[in-house]
Amino acid sequence: MPEYEPKHGATEESSVEPVETESVEPDEAEGLDKLDQPVESKRDKLDQPDGSDPRPPVDWRELVRDFVKPGRAQVVFAAILLILGLGVAMQVRSQAQQTDYSTMRRADLVQLLDDLNSESRRLEAEIAQLEETKRQLQSGADSERVAREEAQRRLDVLAILGGTAPAQGSGIRVVIDDPNHKVTPELLLNTIEELRDAGAEVIAINQTVRVVASTWFASGRGGIVVDDQTITAPISIDVIGEPHALTEALRFSGGLVSEVQNSRVGGTVSIVSDPKVTIEAVVSPPIGKFAKPA
Amino acid sequence: MFAIVGLILGIALGIYLEPTLPVGLQPYLPIAIVAALDALFGGFRAYLERVFDDKVFVVSFTSNVLIAALIVWVGDQIGVGAQLSTAVVVVLGIRIFTNAAAIRRALFHA
Repeated sequence: MPEYEPKHGATEESSVEPVETESVEPDEAEGLDKLDQPVESKRDKLDQPDGSDPRPPVDWRELVRDFVKPGRAQVVFAAILLILGLGVAMQVRSQAQQTDYSTMRRADLVQLLDDLNSESRRLEAEIAQLEETKRQLQSGADSERVAREEAQRRLDVLAILGGTAPAQGSGIRVVIDDPNHKVTPELLLNTIEELRDAGAEVIAINQTVRVVASTWFASGRGGIVVDDQTITAPISIDVIGEPHALTEALRFSGGLVSEVQNSRVGGTVSIVSDPKVTIEAVVSPPIGKFAKPA
Repeated sequence: MFAIVGLILGIALGIYLEPTLPVGLQPYLPIAIVAALDALFGGFRAYLERVFDDKVFVVSFTSNVLIAALIVWVGDQIGVGAQLSTAVVVVLGIRIFTNAAAIRRALFHA
């Protein structure tokens, strides 16, 4: 520091002469170390007594001059700055490289671990809860599917029972040949009742009239009238049910066959068992005006 | 000029040579850096006030860094390392600000 030392000695150093070198003195005005060297100052002062008042601080021009023409002080500064830069670079690199856990203290790490554990437990409980919800929803969906299938099954049964859907199955075909038109609605109704008694599930007359709960029988001008439709001879009755039982329901003494084939009516009855009787006749369900589901 | 060169060289060395500190010393590096910053500001202020001495500067730098690290190390040993490192950073930060204020007054007269 060529400029530094002559100036240093050129002025009086009496104003600031802390004996301490760099330790912090609480009673100092600024409370910080001065980093000065009083012995050297005194020596310089003795060598070159130049001015009496304290030197002014280094101004910009001097600073630039010292900066461009480095002295020993700046070499020292450079060395310290090198070490500092090295340290900062190491620190920044290690901070960027490692996760921030490596620099944490044990207590902080334990706290972090505790937090993570409790968070993990909370999340596991949440997982279990959600699994339970999922299971419930799945079983709900399953039971809903079962209920729908059950409802569909009942709908099919009721459609056959109510006569609103075509049906097929094993059964018998009965043809009543009645040349004398002596078959009465009462006989026909009795026959239907017997067939029902024998387990008939679906009954149709002349392939046009589906016999349901509200079916009625009456005498009309052209013969028997069933559900507003005149039944023309020969009367055919298609029945789905167990064929043998149905046949027996017609053949017993006092049943349809004996009633028709006796001398008073003088007709014939043919009963054919058929493993696949198809009944296409349906009724349109009446819309109830008064009855509502209770 | 040397100062800038030294700083850049130090950073470059730190980046390209990738030196690693022993794991046991790593917690004290940030404290040491803050102490070094404090010593640097103090030295620059002393230079501006024409009381700079390189030997004092080097000694103060070294001792500041070592004492800061030592305080934190002792704190770690007795279980108050985090608090003591905070205390060291606070004290050094105050000193840095005071030195910076003195430098500002010397250079800008404000």
